[in-house]
Amino acid sequence: MSERPGERHIIKSAVRLLPLVFLTVFFFYPLLAIFRLSLAPQGHLDPAALSKLVSTTYYARTLWFTTWQAAASTLLTVVLALPGAYVFARYRFPGKNLLQALTTIPFVMPTIVVAAAFNALLGPRGRLNLTLMALLRLQHPPINLQHTIWIILLAHVFYNYTVVLRIVGGFWANLNPRLEEAARVLGADRWRVLWQVTLPLLAPALVAAALLVFIFCFTSFGVILILGGPRFATLEVEIYRQTMNLFNLPLAATLSLAQIALTLLMTSVYTRLQARTGRPLKLHPRQTTQRRPATWRERALVGGNVVFMAALLLTPLLALAERSLWTGSGYALTNYSELFVNRRGSVFFVPPAEAVRNSLIFAILTVGLALVLGIISAYLLADRESRLNRWLDPIFMLPLGTSAVTLGFGYIIALDRPPLNLRTSPLLIPLAHTLVAFPFVVRAVLPVLRGIHPHLRESASVLGASPARVWREVDLPIVGRALLVGAVFAFTISMGEFGATSLIARPQIPTMPVAIYRFLGQPGALNYGQALAMSTLLMLVCAVGFLGIERFRYGGAGEF
Amino acid sequence: MSLLEIHHLTKYYGEERFPDDISFTVDEGEIVCLLGPSGCGKTTLLRIIAGLEIADAGQVLFEGRDIRDVPVHRRNFGLMFQDYALFPHKNVFENVAFGLRTMHLTETEIGAGVSKILELVGLSGFEKRDVNLLSGGEQQRVALARSLAPRPRLLMLDEPLGSLDRTLRERLMNELRTILKGVGVTAIYVTHDQEEAFAIADRVVIMNHGRKVQEGTPQDVYQHPATEFVAQFLGLTNLLPGKVTSVSEDHVTVETKIGKLEVGGWKLEVGGWKLEVGGWRLGVGNWRSGVEATVLIRPEAANPAECPSAGDNIVAGTLMERSFRGGTYRLVIRHASGLHLSFTIPASGVDLPDVGAPVSLPLRSEAISLLTPDPRP
Repeated sequence: MSERPGERHIIKSAVRLLPLVFLTVFFFYPLLAIFRLSLAPQGHLDPAALSKLVSTTYYARTLWFTTWQAAASTLLTVVLALPGAYVFARYRFPGKNLLQALTTIPFVMPTIVVAAAFNALLGPRGRLNLTLMALLRLQHPPINLQHTIWIILLAHVFYNYTVVLRIVGGFWANLNPRLEEAARVLGADRWRVLWQVTLPLLAPALVAAALLVFIFCFTSFGVILILGGPRFATLEVEIYRQTMNLFNLPLAATLSLAQIALTLLMTSVYTRLQARTGRPLKLHPRQTTQRRPATWRERALVGGNVVFMAALLLTPLLALAERSLWTGSGYALTNYSELFVNRRGSVFFVPPAEAVRNSLIFAILTVGLALVLGIISAYLLADRESRLNRWLDPIFMLPLGTSAVTLGFGYIIALDRPPLNLRTSPLLIPLAHTLVAFPFVVRAVLPVLRGIHPHLRESASVLGASPARVWREVDLPIVGRALLVGAVFAFTISMGEFGATSLIARPQIPTMPVAIYRFLGQPGALNYGQALAMSTLLMLVCAVGFLGIERFRYGGAGEF
Repeated sequence: MSLLEIHHLTKYYGEERFPDDISFTVDEGEIVCLLGPSGCGKTTLLRIIAGLEIADAGQVLFEGRDIRDVPVHRRNFGLMFQDYALFPHKNVFENVAFGLRTMHLTETEIGAGVSKILELVGLSGFEKRDVNLLSGGEQQRVALARSLAPRPRLLMLDEPLGSLDRTLRERLMNELRTILKGVGVTAIYVTHDQEEAFAIADRVVIMNHGRKVQEGTPQDVYQHPATEFVAQFLGLTNLLPGKVTSVSEDHVTVETKIGKLEVGGWKLEVGGWKLEVGGWRLGVGNWRSGVEATVLIRPEAANPAECPSAGDNIVAGTLMERSFRGGTYRLVIRHASGLHLSFTIPASGVDLPDVGAPVSLPLRSEAISLLTPDPRP
């Protein structure tokens, strides 16, 4: 409010512009290139690609499939996760914190690892089929889910279960149980309470969670590509195929355009809802809303959900680890040691250890960039006085809803020529990863930043702390843990990012997910084993990182 | 010269002004209470003095100097928020030490300062505690200790007891005054609770809609509310409109709905000084025949011991409510005009009619005062 010296003001404004400049160059500029390529490939307006999109039913069917599989996945996820959210919100039981941490692991798993994990559990050579074949003396695997819609839906539920659990469960935990009790006393039975009190109160969180899950499934890539096989294609997969296999860039660009428009619509609805979930209700501290299960019915409910979560979320990951150690005749580390051998003497062979190194370097760069941009953006958004926020918030969320493949595709066509030629620069990968990761940093930091009561800073100031000291002693320690959460999110996202990387990574410098995809694409038990070994390594890195941050969450804050 | 002088402070919120042209002073070592309903601009006033907000007009002088350009952290004031604003990531010791750490003291000096102040507020041994796990009363003490620790030249307290329950509030009220007076700190205390203000303040500034309506010692203000608003705010509800019919040397007669009332008491003049006794201070000369006035009948005005006789200063009506309050009875009487009046009378040695029965009570003229009616919007 007070006037500041001009010079500092200019520096401040420049810093504030940084996220917008970054978004402009590495997000909007590539998107614009996509626009141009799709609508005017030869420099003049040419709606050929656009009309092709409409004239053949193939793309309409792709869009239809993308939408209904996302809707079905969302519905399934919400229905399956609601009882779990209730159990987490209202009951205390031993091992709850550990279980809560474990349930989040799938969400930070790279798609490629999830695909490999489901393969390891349910695939023709998967644990379940091998066990059943041995038990029932069968010649062929009895479960054949590979390349069916069911395995896609299952993987999506696996992936997003925790989104619903966290958002809805977190909100539910802070709802005053007295409201439900009041309704019971007024004569409503359990179902009436659920329909007329609980669900309406939960609605904002429920809709926000569902929308987020829908967005994730709508832009699903790795799961569809690997588990769905050639029969299934979402818009995202179609963009990838048109680009990589058919080199039909104008059509890919048009598809990207359609997808951006749809996700933009959904993300803006999401941010509006998100802003609203914070306000209307008086929330209660969790200690007062939770209790131990008392009756056998409650114990059965809690136990049933715990078993279900373990079966759904942990068995595929355990199967992955188990399969990676399997050599066909016993357990050994063969698959892991093979990672370091170039059997075929291929010139394009990159020692997998190097893929690990590449991934780590890119991830560290991504963390640094995403933190800087994320902090600045979060401060911009936390400023209640600013009227820009309504616009900035969905804009900063945009990269989250934009498909990674589209992004990578945009980089290929926009950043490969002057004024900005980064096509040969390995920097392109961390830049793309930063775009995907920094919204997560913003989402992790923003609620904590907004939650710092202005009185805290004012108290420090009145007590004699200079502005710099106020930041160091009040903001930093409080936001610190959220920053760490954001950092680990950025790290795991970069480690596992596959969509954009698969397009822009140069053959000589692959990342871990790219290497896994290559192994999966080659025949033979050894390649399959190596893919599983690499996936297990990636899983461990992400899981360790994530379990680490679970201890640092600030009072359960954070929007994801 | 007063330590703090506030001159015509005004802040605009759109068309509204909170505070609106407020002036008052605070002397060294004095506790001044800003008393008024919530939303009357008290908190904004504090924040302007602290430097957290900037006034649109007016001046804040500290030791005679305008402090407009002194940044918040250089003012060496203290401010205690209603929600305490304890740093959730620091323990009790670090919270209290915060202000001391900005003063370039050694660790030993800081440690000594903290334990001394914690002892003062009765929290010795709490140093390592997590502030989030303290009770409301304990948090309040930590907040007080934190603002007192750097020895502020002016301490501001914004509804410091506002979020405590009633019993705790009453206990801490007296303790707070003892602590503040013991330290000898100059303080501005904001509250909407008159009981709190009376218990703590040396002087009270009553505010309404951003404006100052009255200023004085607690006794003064209670005895002589300047306006209808102040009377109502202080819990004095027997207010009725009237018209002055005659003014004499020692009393004023007012015509009201419940009959003629004599307002006054007796006064002596000793060597040119007016010695005032009873509930009426305004010089008789301030009132003229035919002037509109608001009559305030204090709850203790009823005098059932005197035999009711016909004449002035009698309220007659139906007894609507009679509740025993220990040493006293509270009566509500409904006058034929529909007006309800409430009185407090001593419980001993009085025969009261039953509820619903007619009753008439004589009123002591010195417990009746005349107020300037509030301007009607």
